[in-house]
Amino acid sequence: MQVFAELMNRLAFTSSRNAKLDLMQDYFRTTPDPDRGIALAVLTDGLGLRLPFRRLVTQLMEPHVDPVLYKLSRDYVGDTAETVSLLWPARKGEGPVPTLPEIHRTLKSLKRTDAGPVLSGWLDTLDANGRWALLKLVTGGLRIGVSARLAKTAIAQAFNHNVADVEEVWHGLSLPYENLFAWLEGRADKPDPGDTPVFRPVMLAHPLEGDDLAKLEPRDWVAEWKWDGIRVQLAGNGRELRLYSRTGDDISRSFPDISDGFQGFSGVADGELLVMRDDDIAPFSDLQQRLNRKNVSTAMMKNFPAHIRFYDLLFDRSEDIRASNLPTRRKRLEALLSAGKFTRASLSEVIGFESFDELTILRDGAREANIEGLMLKHIASAYLAGRPRGYWFKWKRDALTADCVLMYAQRGSGKRSSFYSDYTFGAWRTGENGQNELVPVGKAYSGFTDDELKRLDRFVRDNTVERFGPVRAVTQELVFEVAFDAVQPSSRHKSGIAMRFPRIHRIRWDKPANEADRLDTLLTFIAR
Amino acid sequence: MIHDPATWLYPTAKGLYCAPGDFYIDPSRPVDRAVITHGHADHARPGNRSVMATRQTLDIMQVRYGERAGGCLQALNFGETITINGVNVGMAPAGHILGAAQVIVDWKGYRAVISGDYKRAIDPTCAGFEVVRCNLFITEATFGLPVFVHENAATEAARLVASLSASAHRTHLLGVYGLGKCQRMISLVRSAGYEKPIYLHGTLQGLCDYYASQGVNLGELRPFADQRPDDLRGELVLCPPSAIADRWSRRMSDPLTAFASGWMRVRARARQRDTEFPIVISDHADWPELLQTISDVEAGEIWVTHGREDALLHQVSTMGLKGRALALVGFEDEGE
Ligand SMILES: [Zn+2]
Ligand SMILES: [Zn+2]
Repeated sequence: MQVFAELMNRLAFTSSRNAKLDLMQDYFRTTPDPDRGIALAVLTDGLGLRLPFRRLVTQLMEPHVDPVLYKLSRDYVGDTAETVSLLWPARKGEGPVPTLPEIHRTLKSLKRTDAGPVLSGWLDTLDANGRWALLKLVTGGLRIGVSARLAKTAIAQAFNHNVADVEEVWHGLSLPYENLFAWLEGRADKPDPGDTPVFRPVMLAHPLEGDDLAKLEPRDWVAEWKWDGIRVQLAGNGRELRLYSRTGDDISRSFPDISDGFQGFSGVADGELLVMRDDDIAPFSDLQQRLNRKNVSTAMMKNFPAHIRFYDLLFDRSEDIRASNLPTRRKRLEALLSAGKFTRASLSEVIGFESFDELTILRDGAREANIEGLMLKHIASAYLAGRPRGYWFKWKRDALTADCVLMYAQRGSGKRSSFYSDYTFGAWRTGENGQNELVPVGKAYSGFTDDELKRLDRFVRDNTVERFGPVRAVTQELVFEVAFDAVQPSSRHKSGIAMRFPRIHRIRWDKPANEADRLDTLLTFIAR
Repeated sequence: MIHDPATWLYPTAKGLYCAPGDFYIDPSRPVDRAVITHGHADHARPGNRSVMATRQTLDIMQVRYGERAGGCLQALNFGETITINGVNVGMAPAGHILGAAQVIVDWKGYRAVISGDYKRAIDPTCAGFEVVRCNLFITEATFGLPVFVHENAATEAARLVASLSASAHRTHLLGVYGLGKCQRMISLVRSAGYEKPIYLHGTLQGLCDYYASQGVNLGELRPFADQRPDDLRGELVLCPPSAIADRWSRRMSDPLTAFASGWMRVRARARQRDTEFPIVISDHADWPELLQTISDVEAGEIWVTHGREDALLHQVSTMGLKGRALALVGFEDEGE
């Protein structure tokens, strides 16, 4: 537990992805089974423990601390678990520190009435950081900035494997993952998931850039619309069905309507998750209502019905067809879907074209908010894990742009922590007093070069008019040409709109701020 | 009358004033006669007409302020006593930084001790805190909340040294205050077995030289300015806290930023600093040390100066002692 607590603490304060990976790799290489397997479950959110914490805390802390001092401390620290970890009387060395497997085993079968004494016995053996890690562990709210995918990447890299290989076996494994580590360390064969509907690594596209198009032969390419939903993988064995995100997270629980709609499905298919009413695809903001929900109400499913638009098939029932070419997989996909009478499914349309010029016109003509552009797929391409070059291209329609004025800047994180690199910008509107005022319309932290960043940072430091903690308000005079994919109505923002994927396209050092765009102009972009 | 110390020792706009002696202790504005506990800028300010302090505190003031350190500088070392207008003034080690003293004020058989800043933990860079029994103890309360329990300094330093070898591809950039914390951290990593040269931001050099001249072993120190940043991967660089967030730190690619302070005990504070490696080491008493000291000095009355006095005063009253918050201007609550 002590080593694990140190890892939790270091991760909590580390913001760079690479530094986090380094810390985790070091841990997984040097920690024995089954401890590291439990740690892996914690990091991938698979321990599933939730103790009734608030009640426990009052019981546990009461004999130890004066209520006035407790309140002053809690107010200062701002987090109950941390306050308890700091106020707990130091009796470090009282008995042996519990191991992770011991904690896991005990908690699984713990009676509620025993929770207090067990927990306080453990707290007595640990130092302040250890107590914090333990309390976070038992309450299930780690928040140390590590996603399940990052943890999987760490174990793969720690033993010189590819994260795709880990993802492929992941959902067929269980605590404490001993067979996984044995395989990673070369002591055993790759774990066989049997017919469990596990996640298979997805094939990703490259953006089409510059003169790419000139080098392609139209006859070799298949075109499809690129929909603005989320990429998913549906995996089933006829009895059990799972829905995975592009990164291999099991999101089945958020979409019981999908599970109902695909009963008996057997195979692994690739597609886009959308919200669809009758035959209309709803805007992305509707789909967002359905994401990251543990409990889904019937009303939610009725108002925001989920649907999958399929474009590829990896497994036809239990047969792996990833090595076949695109038209073959497509035929198998069509056959599989039509045989099953699945509701909530449709096929991604194949767009016929003779020349890329013709296709360009089609692409630019598509102004529905939920079409992002086109996909180009090579006709002879197998289904390959990762982002192989030269097979799949995404050809987004040109971004929309607007001129906005820099209002606030905030320091970045990691490598950028000494730079003001996160920018909030606004558009003009007429205020209540009849004067022009800026209202924030978006936030961007990309789209500029390192040299531009230095110049922007200097601008922010030299033009600060007010500070609010890490945020600085600046003189309203610098114009950004902001590029974005869409504008959506939003009740959460003062401006009433939200930009999708805003990034800085150009910095207009030359342009006077009063010539920047007005909010009215941005409103006209909605649903275009 | 004497036995109500508030009648002759009280806060004024210029700082804590001893009326019969006509002197101020750690005044916040220039005065005719100042008695100074230690060299930190919020306690030792320039421009007083006459200054009484330990030899080392006077030296430090001269390193920092030069000519402006004060008109007449008079050394009063640990164990010595001097009489000012009938008031006996003495000095006892406070264990805070090099030269830091508690000021002992005796008047007509009544003894007040002004702690300045202090700690009880062992620190080889300065003389250790000495308990002085008194009638009135005036204590700081920088870490006056029970959540503040500092870590064992040697253990924390060992963590840093371990990280220097575990993350050998990254420059370790440690933010420290220039007086006291800087030299203590160097001395601690030396004791933890770190023998390589340590690199210093330009502003830290002067006081390190002074500590070394006083016999504190800091090992080999090199100016950061002479180095190529890429040569410093895996090395330890010390700089003032402000330099970490400043443009200065950009010369290094991907440094690991560490910060040593008692505030690092609380995560929200460490995150505010944006530090990757918080180190819980302080030159101020933590909560248990505050309570221990209040009980050791056996004073009937406790006054609390700068810091978080509400919790400490509550504690003082539950200990059955008379407590009072001294509203003194000019001290940095955040300072360390
Ligand atoms: Zn001090
Ligand atoms: Zn102080």
